[in-house]
Amino acid sequence: MNSKTVIAIIAAILIALPFIGVESYPLHLVIVILIWSFAYTAWSIMGRFGLVSLGHGAFMSIGGYVTALLWNNMGLTPWLGIPVAMLLSALLAIVIGYPCFRYKIVGHYFALVTLALSEVVRQVIIATRDTTGGSLGYTPERHGEGISIIALQFSNDRIYFYYIALLVWLAGLLIWRYIDRSMSRYALEAISEDEDASAAIGVQVTREKLKVTVLSAVMTAFAGAMYCQYQMFISPDTIGGVGISLQIVFAVVVGGIYNMLGPTIGAIITLMLAEVLRIGIGTATVCVTDSICLNAAGVPLLIYGILLIVFIIFWPKGIVGAVYDAWMSRGSTTDGSGTAAGPAPAATAKAD
Amino acid sequence: MAEFTEALFSIFFVETLINGLLLGGVLALLSLGLNLIFGVVDVVWICYAEIIMLGMYTIYFLVKAGVPLPIAALAGIAVTSALGYLTHKIIIARILDAAPINQLLATGGLLFFFQGIAMVAFGIEFRNLGVSLGSLAVTQDIYLSWTRLASFAISAIVVVGLYFFLSRSYLGAAIRAISQDREIMTLMGVDTKRLYLLTSAIGGALAGLAAALLAMQYDIHPFIGLSFGPITFVICVMGGLGNMVGGFLAAFVFAELITVGGYFAELEWGYVMAFVFFVVTMFIRPEGLFARKS
Repeated sequence: MNSKTVIAIIAAILIALPFIGVESYPLHLVIVILIWSFAYTAWSIMGRFGLVSLGHGAFMSIGGYVTALLWNNMGLTPWLGIPVAMLLSALLAIVIGYPCFRYKIVGHYFALVTLALSEVVRQVIIATRDTTGGSLGYTPERHGEGISIIALQFSNDRIYFYYIALLVWLAGLLIWRYIDRSMSRYALEAISEDEDASAAIGVQVTREKLKVTVLSAVMTAFAGAMYCQYQMFISPDTIGGVGISLQIVFAVVVGGIYNMLGPTIGAIITLMLAEVLRIGIGTATVCVTDSICLNAAGVPLLIYGILLIVFIIFWPKGIVGAVYDAWMSRGSTTDGSGTAAGPAPAATAKAD
Repeated sequence: MAEFTEALFSIFFVETLINGLLLGGVLALLSLGLNLIFGVVDVVWICYAEIIMLGMYTIYFLVKAGVPLPIAALAGIAVTSALGYLTHKIIIARILDAAPINQLLATGGLLFFFQGIAMVAFGIEFRNLGVSLGSLAVTQDIYLSWTRLASFAISAIVVVGLYFFLSRSYLGAAIRAISQDREIMTLMGVDTKRLYLLTSAIGGALAGLAAALLAMQYDIHPFIGLSFGPITFVICVMGGLGNMVGGFLAAFVFAELITVGGYFAELEWGYVMAFVFFVVTMFIRPEGLFARKS
């Protein structure tokens, strides 16, 4: 079976998904995974070049909140609200990014500056609680019953949103591939190796970095708006703050930062894991004795943490990267690559 | 404008400034351990605030079990010191040669792990130690909480103590030397592994001390680390990562910004002001506010 057949089969399954008896709840999971996959892909577009941002929760919040606030207060349709949010996000990316790149703030300094950024946006949302609802969250107003094209609301009929999310996710992958094949990729790879040397051979360091950062920020804002339109509820902790910023980075690290499908695989694994653990273990409180009670709600977090540490130590390239390496060297060594053959063909086909 | 001037010369503004100073003492202590670890081991522990959180729980449960507060605080310090030691031994030691950002992310994984442990073991309810030392009436209008005054005093003592430890003792000299050039020190026959472990344990112990002071002032819950973690990192970076004197001064700048911002508007705006100030500072002086020219 060659790679084209595999892609065709996967594409057929994805298109037919709502019609082959998939219930509302699994479809909901798939939609959520697709939206987050897009956000993770957006992050990895800059993250793969060593520009590790811990501030993407800020861009996501801007996407969600600006769109919802414009709709509720000014009646501006999300068709225009989302571009406005993306524009604001791009501006913020320039305001933060330009001085960072100009003054060579790199590595963990860059990570910490962006971490401060996500905290600023979260605190602003909480401080302006009279308009944004603060930490209690915010809900876009319903535009009549049922489906509203102008408000981009699709009530409980998940099929529409499924196809929208699928298209957006695909667009994310195409943008990833476009960057992967562009000259910018070589410039940025050179920059991540040695900034001074690449500047010396004529790479415009600040400009290249800024381009990819703005692109990533704009895409993340779009993901935030998508999340808002789908869930019809946003709060500083569900689409912003340090927690979400870290979640974005970690999902990509687990999936694989250097492959097109890495962020998607990361989203599937982390979100499914959280869901399975949540349902399997529940949120019950189990009392071993009268005084010692264990709260199961913390277990997903605990396992998630261990998983991340294990990945960083043993598979820093992520699952897709590890499988890809194993697949590439399968002729020379007969290791256990067969056990994880599922995503391998697709990854191999699309990796480069 | 008249209102603003009135607010500026109000007696409560003086109280705000003093409270800012006291908050600065606690923030300084918070950033101290993190700064020490960064200066020596060259790794940013994103999970530092979560170690403090676990220390707070240790102290809380011991006090509730009838242990006197000072002994509970010592036990808390022992626990966080062990956590610091284990963090280095189990995780950081394996990835010392990895990219800095991977090290940062690994401790980020530890952050989720610690939060998960706390949630499983202690639940998500807010717990209050319920210890109050009362307050000191400076004038008729100004009251200062003894807890805060004590925190400030303890922070100051520890900072001075650490300064003398680093500048006068043999181990302190070794720690300072290793932060200047780790490769040469290995060649000189210094056991860097042991020094790293020692530093991590000291850093952990400082987290325990901070935990003891914070447990008296704030409610304890599994996510409390997220509320003061970011401030701690920002203070360290602003003072120049690894530069302990800078971090100490930065803590006061930051604390005043937060409390004065909170005085004129809401507390969140104080935080926003402080974070914006941080970002601006990073652009003017990327090496940190108080970094020496190299």
